[in-house]
Amino acid sequence: MDLYEYQARTLYLKYAVPTIDALVITHAEEAFDAALALGPGPVVVKAQVKVGGRGKAGGVRLARSPEEARTAAAEILGSSIKGHPVRQVLVAQGVDIAAEYYVSLLIDRSNRAYLALASSEGGVDIETLAAERPEALIRAPIDPLQGFDEAAANALVAAAQVDSDVAGQVAQTLLRLWELMRGEDAMLVEVNPLAVTSGRQVLALDGKITLDDAAAFRHPDHREFADAEPTDPLEAKAKAAGLGYVKLDGQIGIIGNGAGLVMSTLDVVAAAGEGHGGVKPANFLDIGGGASAEVMAAGLEVVLTDERVRAVLVNVFGGITACDEVARGIVAALAALGGSGGKQIVVRLAGNSVDAGRAILAEANLAPVHMAETMEQAAELVASLAAAN
Amino acid sequence: MSIYLDEASRVIVQGMTGSEGRVHTRLMLAGGTDIVGGVNPRKAGQTAEFDVTPPGGGPTSKRQIPVYGTVAQAMSETGANVSVMFVPPAYAKAAAMEAADAAIPLLVVITEGIPVADSVDFIAYAHARGTRIIGPNCPGIVSPGKSNVGITPAGITGPGPIGLVSKSGTLTYQLMAELSDVGFSTCMGIGGDPVVGTTHIDALAAFEADPETAAIVLIGEIGGEGEQRAAEYVAQHVSKPVVAYIAGFTAPEGKTMGHAGAIVSGRAGTADAKAEALAVVGVPVGRTPRAAAAAVREVLG
Repeated sequence: MDLYEYQARTLYLKYAVPTIDALVITHAEEAFDAALALGPGPVVVKAQVKVGGRGKAGGVRLARSPEEARTAAAEILGSSIKGHPVRQVLVAQGVDIAAEYYVSLLIDRSNRAYLALASSEGGVDIETLAAERPEALIRAPIDPLQGFDEAAANALVAAAQVDSDVAGQVAQTLLRLWELMRGEDAMLVEVNPLAVTSGRQVLALDGKITLDDAAAFRHPDHREFADAEPTDPLEAKAKAAGLGYVKLDGQIGIIGNGAGLVMSTLDVVAAAGEGHGGVKPANFLDIGGGASAEVMAAGLEVVLTDERVRAVLVNVFGGITACDEVARGIVAALAALGGSGGKQIVVRLAGNSVDAGRAILAEANLAPVHMAETMEQAAELVASLAAAN
Repeated sequence: MSIYLDEASRVIVQGMTGSEGRVHTRLMLAGGTDIVGGVNPRKAGQTAEFDVTPPGGGPTSKRQIPVYGTVAQAMSETGANVSVMFVPPAYAKAAAMEAADAAIPLLVVITEGIPVADSVDFIAYAHARGTRIIGPNCPGIVSPGKSNVGITPAGITGPGPIGLVSKSGTLTYQLMAELSDVGFSTCMGIGGDPVVGTTHIDALAAFEADPETAAIVLIGEIGGEGEQRAAEYVAQHVSKPVVAYIAGFTAPEGKTMGHAGAIVSGRAGTADAKAEALAVVGVPVGRTPRAAAAAVREVLG
């Protein structure tokens, strides 16, 4: 789960990571009072969106008075940054910046360890910096059995060539971010910029944190960070049924078992669709391993109630999942819905209990259901049926 | 030969008496895996009974498997050299570290949903003690005709010259079925989590050294850059033919596609970038599982 900047600030305060005063608001009128409360001097009004590059997209404004803050907030709230609607803005104290650094901690997938990064050239797009001037971005691998200590932090800060009078503050900030990372089960903690004020104080001016969803069971307090329930009724329904569902922008409903096979099915169907007027998958839906007939039925109901869907492909290779359960789920869903609403359903079954599964569908003799032998045949058939419907 | 797992593998099950553990212990026994014990500190000294029916049908027999209190005890009593784990996520780290402390040579972690920080910790801990970890969040490993550890269905394919390494379970089954007439030395799912104990590269090195493996199939998917690293490794160290299949060409950026690790963030994580990296070093990349299977037949001649 990615956090908004204002949520990352909550964790900064918990771990004593130095940062500025700021208030999050949802209505433009509140910006006036927020700016007043933050004391004399300018404030910065910042769109709260989970996407990079908001500054260039007009999502960050300097306001020299409470009136200006209200105007800026009114313009940013309700606008959209790179397709992300802005529902909250952060009103933050303006500071006089002498230098901008970059620090981050992350889980390094390839090396199965943690990685600390620092640069004295912060405040810019870090991927660009890494590509153009990799020597300016210092990397320090962290052995998970050793952890990240003061000596390692000092060495990293020295290598990054931050100003020597603030090196201690930057190292301390890194250590607090490390505590945050371990304490909160974060997969990424990134501060860009980590600013040095004209008074030589080090402050986190932005915050990007990704929390590990798999660790949610030991962090009940992380629930407050979760977005409101999905507003899309299909996504809400899939989530309630415990299904792995991702909405896409096509016309063919896809259901399968196992993330890899479903992704593969999306690819094969998209390729087949190119020969049929460009029809594409409408969703990713993984019923998971060992799915029951009830789970399969719930998945099919989600996909069939999607108004954009013109035809459906069910592609199951039974490992733990049994094809007879899948077949029973298809029969049950069509009975519950009173038919498929004119949508054709192509079913490809293989593996565990395939004969029993095919027998159940043959017995039920449902008009909209078509059997296919292979993934490729199934994809071709469902693309042609979607194009014709 | 085969890799990591063979006819001499003696297997214990951590979490054998839980619901997943019971189901898959029964299936592994039916598939002929030499399961010599289970581990559960609260049921030490008991035995667990399994009704075992051979995959092709036939009479059901009852098997009694002893339960031990610790991995170390199970190893000393049975000579086990492989453990497979179905322990729930919250207890997985402690269970894996216990197996490593007992110096089991191979630990296969099936559990899905383990916090990544826990995986990072127990993988480093295990490697420091000489224990190889496969997974977590993986289907396991099978050397057809010899042993099957994990949740791969028995009987998809017999032994043969192809080695297979994959991030995905069901795609592994798909390729095994496509090439069942040729057969496999070992098929291994390395797992769909962001951090796993055995990588594509580890598997490539082992298959390269395995005299029974003549060709290698590498199945990848969006997320991370393990496939690019594998491509570099193939170019420098692998003389055997390698064929790849990558899933997720049409996956949108920033969405987790089922597996916790399957998310495109930046160019390196895309299927296109992975396929390109592999193609550049001469690895044919099938656009569908069937096309990948055809490429394997071609390289085998």
